[in-house]
Amino acid sequence: MANVFTSIGEWVNERAPGMMPMYRKHMTEYYAPKNFNLWYYFGSLALLVLVNQIVTGIFLTMNYNPSAAGAFASVEYIMRDVEWGWLIRYMHSTGASLFFVVVFLHMFRGIMYGSYKKPRELVWLLGMLIFLVLMAEAFMGYVLPWGNMSFWGAKVIISLFGTIPVIGGDLVEWIMGDFLPADATLNRFFALHVVALPIVLLLLVVLHLAALHEVGSNNPDGVEIKKGPKGNRWDALKPADGIPFHPYYTVKDLVGVGFFLLIAAFIIFFAPTFGGWFLEHDNFIPANNLATPSHIKPVWYFTPFYAIVRMIPSFLGSAVWGVLAMFGAIAVLFALPWFDRGKVKSIRYRGTGFKVALGLFVLSFIALGAVGAGITAEVIPAWFGDVDVTFWENLFGRVMTAIYFGFFAFLWAYTYFGWEKTKPVPERVTTHD
Amino acid sequence: MKRYIFPVALAFALVVGSVPVQASEGGLPHAGTDVQNQASLQRGAKLFFNYCVGCHSLKYMRYERIASDLGLTEQDVMQNLNFTGAKFGETVVSHMPEADAAKWFGKAPPDLSLEVRAKGADWVYAYLNSFYLDPSRPVGWNNTVFPNASMPFPLWELQGLQTAVMTEAKPGEDAKVEKLVLSQPGKLTPAQYQQASRDLTTFLEYASEPAALQRHHYGVWVLLFLAFFTFLAAMLKKEYWKDVH
Repeated sequence: MANVFTSIGEWVNERAPGMMPMYRKHMTEYYAPKNFNLWYYFGSLALLVLVNQIVTGIFLTMNYNPSAAGAFASVEYIMRDVEWGWLIRYMHSTGASLFFVVVFLHMFRGIMYGSYKKPRELVWLLGMLIFLVLMAEAFMGYVLPWGNMSFWGAKVIISLFGTIPVIGGDLVEWIMGDFLPADATLNRFFALHVVALPIVLLLLVVLHLAALHEVGSNNPDGVEIKKGPKGNRWDALKPADGIPFHPYYTVKDLVGVGFFLLIAAFIIFFAPTFGGWFLEHDNFIPANNLATPSHIKPVWYFTPFYAIVRMIPSFLGSAVWGVLAMFGAIAVLFALPWFDRGKVKSIRYRGTGFKVALGLFVLSFIALGAVGAGITAEVIPAWFGDVDVTFWENLFGRVMTAIYFGFFAFLWAYTYFGWEKTKPVPERVTTHD
Repeated sequence: MKRYIFPVALAFALVVGSVPVQASEGGLPHAGTDVQNQASLQRGAKLFFNYCVGCHSLKYMRYERIASDLGLTEQDVMQNLNFTGAKFGETVVSHMPEADAAKWFGKAPPDLSLEVRAKGADWVYAYLNSFYLDPSRPVGWNNTVFPNASMPFPLWELQGLQTAVMTEAKPGEDAKVEKLVLSQPGKLTPAQYQQASRDLTTFLEYASEPAALQRHHYGVWVLLFLAFFTFLAAMLKKEYWKDVH
């Protein structure tokens, strides 16, 4: 039997001699730092979820009907009449939310350990592009079930483009292909969601990984293992603190996959709507342009950005500023490698100012999420009684928006003027023998 | 200490997420439904097909599916539940013409296939317990959970007739309902009616997601398998990483 495999391998190798070197370059001879911790699971988990979305998505398209008249009923058909359709749909809907959980944690890891810094700026930029495309992909996917929140969410989000001076009104019509989200909108969103954006996403993921493997992975110590001593058990010229990605990190990631699937399966089988956070109550009502849901809000992963739109008031006779601020909130993340001038990468050796600022940044992001999800609108009257809810919510949301953007301004000043007091960075990763 | 922050936060998030959002909304009483309770489902189905299907459809729900999920035979369903003459494999569609219904009630009775998913079981349960006589309304009924609902109350002969005790109207405001009292008892005692409305809510909860029965059935086994898989993966990782220092 072993001979059969060997001869098949040789047969392929003779005809495609470039395949084994590529496999070695990216798997068995890709030397990753040996001190990865829990935060380093989320990259491979994001890849797992991407595969899940594509596979379950393919099966969903087999029974989904992309028309305003048939979409809602076809989703219920999948939920009830298609064999295992409910499982495929819940895997897809839960996967969408978990994709963002995993990606947010993956991005936070990058900020915490300075993975965006030289020489990994390109890895970061490609990652940010993935994030941007993922948001577009998620938004369009959310519209497809054609529930009432799909309809009104689409209407509100698309109308944000209407705030752009001069061309806004025409642009909104052009995006929707109608005066309201309608059949034309649903059809183009379907095409973009299942064909165009997944292709872009896959291409970007390949580039993200290619760029990463060119420069090598960062690690919790923020030490460049390629600049450290050479020579390990496998190769005399490779970094001493590196271990082959396969099998070491493939088996380690398998443990992460196991834990992740346990959580995902718990949600899929026992709380698929996740209490209205992953599948919203109002989206079980068919789209109706005459019945506005009492609270229009996007799904949880968009709420921080949605809150920023809401918090910025219109002035100079235009509401475009909130929209600009929302896109700005993503744009500043793109520019993070140039805001942060500090040479020390990892939070372990950075100044107290960075640690406090990062903590506040995370808090502001969560707080903005709470504002965007309408939690503050409920909590403020419940905790403080008869107060002006709009006033206090706006004040809170604006302070949090200021902190969100303030993080980037602070980081620039902190590192540009040399205020940061860093600790000495070790020569090698701290777990070397 | 630090290494526990993440798992604890994760556990917290899972607990928070599993608690239904609507449980806290408006302080509605807990419906106490259990879709795994087949007897309750059967009683609820009987109530639905005797009192509701005249006006309300379950257009995504098939008679055949109801039979197999509720442990009933084709004969049970076709003789005791199906009064519309539909075939066994067809969906539950009310005979009431929508256009006429809209004329009669002001609004066509909605399809109830997804009512519990849209409003929550607690809401439906509370709604079924909150009808009261109100001569000012076109059909003579009102509801405290859904004020000015256009639906007459078909279960009145079971619950009896409730009337509202109003608060004194403040200047510039309408009087509010302070509480509902049972002014004329029905065929069931209040406790029996609460159970009946709970059964009906349970059936509607099932109708809004028949897959819930399968989810619960397979879920535990999937989790056990994944726990075993994770254990094996952890052992494998330990074995491979023995020589990494």
